[in-house]
Amino acid sequence: MCKLRSETVFNKVLYFSAITIVVLLVSIFLTLILGSLPSIKAFGIYFLFGKTWDPVFSKFGAFPFLFGTLLTSFLALAISIPFSTSISIFLGEYFKEGSLSSVIKNMVELLAGIPSIIYGFWGLFILVPIVRFIEIKLDVPPYGVGIFTAALILAIMIIPYSASLGREVIALVPSDIKEAAYSLGATRYEVIRKVMLPYARSGIFAGIFLSLGRAIGETMAVTVVIGNTNFFPKSIFDPSNTMASIIANEFTEATGELYLSSLIEIGLLLFVVTAIINIIGRYITKRIGVKI
Amino acid sequence: MNKKIYLTIIALTLLTGMIIIPENTFGEKTELLGAGATFPYPLYSKMFDIYNKEYGIKVNYQSIGSGGGQRQLLNKTIDFGASDAYMTDEQLQDAASKILHIPTALGAVILTYNLPGNPVLKFTPVTIADIFLGKITKWNAPEIKDNNPGVKLPDSNIIVVHRSDGSGTTFIFVDYLSKISKEWEEKVSKGTVVNWPAGIGGKGNEGVAGLVKQIPGSIGYTELIYALQNKMPAGIVKNKSGNFITPTIESTSSAANINIPDDTRVSITNTDSPDGYPVSGFTWILVYKEQNYEGRKEGKAGGLVNLLWWMTHQGQKYSAPLKYAPLSGEAVKKAEEVIRSITYNGKQIMGERSSP
Repeated sequence: MCKLRSETVFNKVLYFSAITIVVLLVSIFLTLILGSLPSIKAFGIYFLFGKTWDPVFSKFGAFPFLFGTLLTSFLALAISIPFSTSISIFLGEYFKEGSLSSVIKNMVELLAGIPSIIYGFWGLFILVPIVRFIEIKLDVPPYGVGIFTAALILAIMIIPYSASLGREVIALVPSDIKEAAYSLGATRYEVIRKVMLPYARSGIFAGIFLSLGRAIGETMAVTVVIGNTNFFPKSIFDPSNTMASIIANEFTEATGELYLSSLIEIGLLLFVVTAIINIIGRYITKRIGVKI
Repeated sequence: MNKKIYLTIIALTLLTGMIIIPENTFGEKTELLGAGATFPYPLYSKMFDIYNKEYGIKVNYQSIGSGGGQRQLLNKTIDFGASDAYMTDEQLQDAASKILHIPTALGAVILTYNLPGNPVLKFTPVTIADIFLGKITKWNAPEIKDNNPGVKLPDSNIIVVHRSDGSGTTFIFVDYLSKISKEWEEKVSKGTVVNWPAGIGGKGNEGVAGLVKQIPGSIGYTELIYALQNKMPAGIVKNKSGNFITPTIESTSSAANINIPDDTRVSITNTDSPDGYPVSGFTWILVYKEQNYEGRKEGKAGGLVNLLWWMTHQGQKYSAPLKYAPLSGEAVKKAEEVIRSITYNGKQIMGERSSP
């Protein structure tokens, strides 16, 4: 009797938690749509392609921010993938156990726990001078801050996400497959390259998309080092702006209905972009998964 | 085992709650709630702390930004708002009832830069506007050179640094530029955030200062207080009367020695005062003229009026040590009239008394 009761209570708790999450997500989405109605009415599709963001003259176009967000995130991803994949292989195959392995593993995961404002100011005082040095050598305007610096910071921030997941799936590759490959005379490099990576790739991709989602939404660290200009960038060393950082910068002082609603519409845009990338990620992960 | 951990966490949460809650529930006398500008926050915390010790009235102030302060006052969720920019006529018309502005202190915005040896530079108004418009791009341009004979200026590019977040500091600066440059007024105009024609943005005073300190050849603007505390070089600016004025607490205060309108909503940038620093501005407390709203008690309204009087009089002596510019005599006089006009149920709260 008592056992039965706890069973139903447990079920109800599960249902409640699951439904709450769905309700929360839907209501956030609806709130964003409701909040951005005035701006949707005023600008329509121009909001997506407009290049001017001028609160004084109430002209709002979000294209530079949309572009800045995608550019910094994908650049960060490109920088982080070689590192995160190497760490995954290193920890998932070469050093599965032992104190060295656990030290490195914990260090990588600790990276995910550092508050982003600390990344931001570390970037401003350490990374920016280094990037400026490179910029002077390359003979581009030596701002130091900009898309490249933001992408570097983001890359460091997202490595733990893809590395942890990658390590798990690589460690899970069944040893009989590996041993079969070895018995055919494959070298260790060949086993990793031709057997383990293909087997684990859906998991590795899932980790990469998880980290991409993190990069798109990152706010504080990017705001500090991106340079915050509303111009359209001409090179990756130019300052730019992202959707998350324009909201963080301007929301507190935004007065006027249209201005506020335009900022909320950027939030909506960010929500939609994240959702689209998640869906694409799911699709790819499913497509390339190994079927056994 | 898991259950134990779970219970411990719940117990700890409840305990923390109990530590925080009593202060609010049992210590209640009259508590005033304010929110708004970040610029006067250090001064207000000091004033409110002393006021609490003297009168036993607790004032809770949240520095959420000028725009946020205005919004929350319009939504009537606070007793007073605080703002570095006065509310526009349209905003005041949208309000449910009349809103009053009471000046409490003055602030100034200074030009800071990063040049070899950090010489003290003199700027004319048009030069500043042209630098921030991106029209003067070299440090050894004749416009800068002619005003600074004897200073060795490098042949390097000027990199403009501005605030990226909405800010009263930006408002004072671009308000000044709009007054002295026709081109600025037409192209960029004024606001807490503008569409900058040149340069890169840093978040907050510390963001701008950080970028300027790091980028050779850069120029930016910060609050006077921030520059004084961090010993940053500050440019000398030519005012309307033709005098080159060094930004100090005194020259900021004296910028307010002009005719102030009765509602105190005035921009004192490009001041007529001959020894006033031209990039200065008031910071205000915003309250409703009629205090009986949302079921507020008369005692609370009286407490608020008392606080405002104290801040504009006795409280002024805390400004200078914190590097804020105290109100000028003229400004205090106007503030007194505004505070006297506050009513409860249509009756003046302060009456004819000279001091509460």
